[in-house]
Amino acid sequence: MDVLGRYEDLVDDVEAFRAACDRPLPSAVRVNTIKTTVERTREALDAEGIAYDPAEWYPGLLRLPDAQPGTNWPYVHGWTHGQEEVSAVPARVLDPAPGERVWDACAAPGSKTTQLAALMNDSGLVVATDNNLGRIAALRSNAERLGCTNVAVTREDARNHSLKPFEFDRYDRALVDVPCSCEGTVRKNPDALEDWTLDHVHEIAGVQKGILRRAVQATREGGSVVYSTCTFAPAENEAVLDHAIREADCELVDFDLPLAHVEGVRAWEGETYDESVRRAKRIYPHHNDTGGFFVARLEVTG
Amino acid sequence: MPHGNEPHRFDRLPATAEERAVEGRPTRQAVVSWWDERFGIDPDTFQHHTFWERGAGKIWAFRDDFDQPTPVAIEGLGMAVLRTRQEHWKPTTEAAQRWGTAASRNVIHLDEPAAEAFLAGEDQDLAWDGDWGYLIAANDLAGAPEPIGVGLYVHGELQSKVPKGRQREF
Repeated sequence: MDVLGRYEDLVDDVEAFRAACDRPLPSAVRVNTIKTTVERTREALDAEGIAYDPAEWYPGLLRLPDAQPGTNWPYVHGWTHGQEEVSAVPARVLDPAPGERVWDACAAPGSKTTQLAALMNDSGLVVATDNNLGRIAALRSNAERLGCTNVAVTREDARNHSLKPFEFDRYDRALVDVPCSCEGTVRKNPDALEDWTLDHVHEIAGVQKGILRRAVQATREGGSVVYSTCTFAPAENEAVLDHAIREADCELVDFDLPLAHVEGVRAWEGETYDESVRRAKRIYPHHNDTGGFFVARLEVTG
Repeated sequence: MPHGNEPHRFDRLPATAEERAVEGRPTRQAVVSWWDERFGIDPDTFQHHTFWERGAGKIWAFRDDFDQPTPVAIEGLGMAVLRTRQEHWKPTTEAAQRWGTAASRNVIHLDEPAAEAFLAGEDQDLAWDGDWGYLIAANDLAGAPEPIGVGLYVHGELQSKVPKGRQREF
């Protein structure tokens, strides 16, 4: 079935959307500021003759037009981490401060966890949760390679996340980058849509609602929760937000994102969502030559 | 509260020998002093970190801004930094990379061919007039020495201790 065709009414330029989805995804790395600086990393890449193109919207996010991210000295030393450009969006939108307590609800393999740790100068605490041991091994390996010491890893279903191992009962912020149908990763994994079914979309939307609800509960009043997916399906995006603002103490808030995007959709296949879901942002692959992405910021009100 | 060493639980190291409740568990003081004596790393470097044991002798460093309670049964707490409860304590690759730039001794500088061989996991004959034992191996990156990992120097040979999963051939 033509999964992407479902969204032709939503996108502004169908032809450009289709063409971008067919192109392979450019490589990018994020500079790990726990171990080095952006300037020194650029110097090291220059010395190795590796071409890079800085993403204007994020200091230290470098597109690599010709090179593999993992086969050079800056990578070996933990100065860089291969991370797709839009994957750097949600941690940036969450904008944690040094010294805060942050929950990364679906953390493995750790690109966003380690980004949060770096944004916090490796201080405070990032609790990184996943429910799969193999993926946790990858998460731990990445966190250690990048020199993060403020990360605590828990294995559990994020919907039932327990704060019992810690001495506090609420986080300052939570990142909810949920498992999804991954339609937006088709440039990286051309097979991404092979096993797509509408049943799976609806099933996983239930899980997403449960995780977002737990994140809102576990975050203090006035704290922030960022919800993100790498999929286009409104059932996994605006519908999950609509559910959260009705069922949990939170509201959608405006935020800046210096990447081309469009606002969240208010209606889809006969359903309508709360007016405020327009505050969410949809990034289509042709907007910035990236993967597809969805991101929203919520404030906890109770 | 005395308790034994359990393989899947993190237990904070006692500050000093007087506070030790589990036999053989190293103290915080011993760990910080070891980095100072072996590599000249200032004890203040670790002022924000607590040290934890999980599994016999494996020590983890955790940035502990909120006074994490002990013991704690989770999957990870900061990073593994040191293997103790053996005659010669062995630092991890990750600890060597994270704190090795603060070291003032027992750092062996490798030229590019030697650094590449070290990273590939190869043992090599090298001249070194310092201590035998575990060294931090470094190469130059962006104009300054940067630690790659840990080597064991004995009898004129530097053995690479870069774990298989971290080895690379360019």
